[in-house]
Amino acid sequence: MQDAFAAATIVAIVSGLVGYFLVLRGQTFAGHALAHVGFTGATGAVLFGLPPLWGLVLMTMAAGLGMGFLGERLAQRDVAIGIVLALSLGLGLLFLHFYTAFATQATAILFGNVLAVDVDTVWILLGLGIISIGVLAVISRPLLFASLQPELAEAKGVSLRLYSVLFLAVVALATAECAQIVGVLLVFALMVGPAAAAQRLTTGIGRGLLLSAGLALFQAWAGITLAFYTDWPSSFWITALSAATYMLATVPAMTRRSARLEPRAA
Amino acid sequence: MSVIDLRDVTLELGGRAVLAGVSLEIANREFVGVLGPNGAGKTTLMRAVLGLVPVSRGSIQVLGRPAARGNPAIGYVPQVRSSVGTMRLSGWDFVAGVVNGHRLGLPIATKAVRAEVDRALALVGASELARRPLAETSGGERQRLLLAQALIGEPRLLLLDEPLISLDPHHQHAVVALVKSLQVELGITVLFSAHELNPLLGALDRVLYLGRGQAALGTVDEVITSAVLSRLYGSDIDVVRLKGRIFVMSGDQDVEHDVHRHGDGSAHSHELQGAQ
Repeated sequence: MQDAFAAATIVAIVSGLVGYFLVLRGQTFAGHALAHVGFTGATGAVLFGLPPLWGLVLMTMAAGLGMGFLGERLAQRDVAIGIVLALSLGLGLLFLHFYTAFATQATAILFGNVLAVDVDTVWILLGLGIISIGVLAVISRPLLFASLQPELAEAKGVSLRLYSVLFLAVVALATAECAQIVGVLLVFALMVGPAAAAQRLTTGIGRGLLLSAGLALFQAWAGITLAFYTDWPSSFWITALSAATYMLATVPAMTRRSARLEPRAA
Repeated sequence: MSVIDLRDVTLELGGRAVLAGVSLEIANREFVGVLGPNGAGKTTLMRAVLGLVPVSRGSIQVLGRPAARGNPAIGYVPQVRSSVGTMRLSGWDFVAGVVNGHRLGLPIATKAVRAEVDRALALVGASELARRPLAETSGGERQRLLLAQALIGEPRLLLLDEPLISLDPHHQHAVVALVKSLQVELGITVLFSAHELNPLLGALDRVLYLGRGQAALGTVDEVITSAVLSRLYGSDIDVVRLKGRIFVMSGDQDVEHDVHRHGDGSAHSHELQGAQ
């Protein structure tokens, strides 16, 4: 139980912080795609007798760097990404087919099982987490500039491609970690949900980052606790909390907007 | 010392010579309106001054030094992007992201950063609206925030790439008046590109008209003539002056209003920018 909470804490903080920039840059689909590609890496690793986590990390890093070098416009083509997604899952299925004693591990990789995380994995997650947050902290200023105003940033000497590649490498690491908790298919729940909710609740950057990490932390902890008491899967609770938080953050703005659209009394 | 000095410059984009063998000088504290049809090279010229586009031939000197990326003395207002209007970030944070934005580290708003952002916002009169999220600002208000961004770092040269697009005439005049007053107050040089000459008539000192790889720089009376513009457009151009306004006509078409027509004569439809 302790390991589960420790792992969830590390991953939630990383996901919340990285996810904030993902939402800001409009690259959430790319994060989703990296997780799927990671599935191929994880199942491929098992086929070769290696721990799935390393396959996950290597594959997402390779894909992340590839997307960065391909250039943002090409890498965000939804058709191209969709095809890559389908191919990754198909390949992963093929690897599963060759390694028949793998069914339960497959479910864990796809949907996550935080309660099964062991202490060794926690240390690895801590290491990867420190690297991700460290790199993100160092590049955060130019990354923010390039995300808000790419043409002006370029004019001021910021290399858009460099920071795009570095950021996607960080996203790859964060996605691999996140998949340990909620699985490759549900990465959106921790990486996008809290960040999107945070950006609707506050307009400042520092506050947004803190809120994003805080919400992710709350969702992860509450998800594990609820799973412990109800025996329902933790990943379900985490995704449900993520959706609920996002809807709660969005509804007040929607009602405010429709109130403004009503004709004012003369 | 001139602010911008082009010597026999050829700029190429996609295999086509956007500017061919152009030489001109922009002097200090000048307000220059950059005009010309789509594809004439207005944006390309600005990007070359910013050091983002290399010259195929000749040289560009900015403030006495060769044009290079990351020149802190140049402020740049790029063409407005539609994605800015959907951001949940506040205008203040949007402008603050520019301060020291090229340096590594955390985007912490120190006292010096705050002072710089507040100064830029006050110059453009956006101190109040900067508290709202960008998604709740109008097109004209966003334009002012972009201008504040460009004024960070106290530039000596300001480049504005078609800031009047998708603004109604009232807001167009407001933007031109604001930029003119900043130019006078701060004593800076301004390059302001636009499709139409009339909104700029009261503000500009000289006109830089581009077309078919050539450029004509001079006062309105010198450049906006039938002879000069016919050469730049490659077709018969009439210049009509009526009630203090100038209309550039090709046959029965007002070429400046017909913004879908390109400098090389081709024409196709564009998606309209979203209204404010």
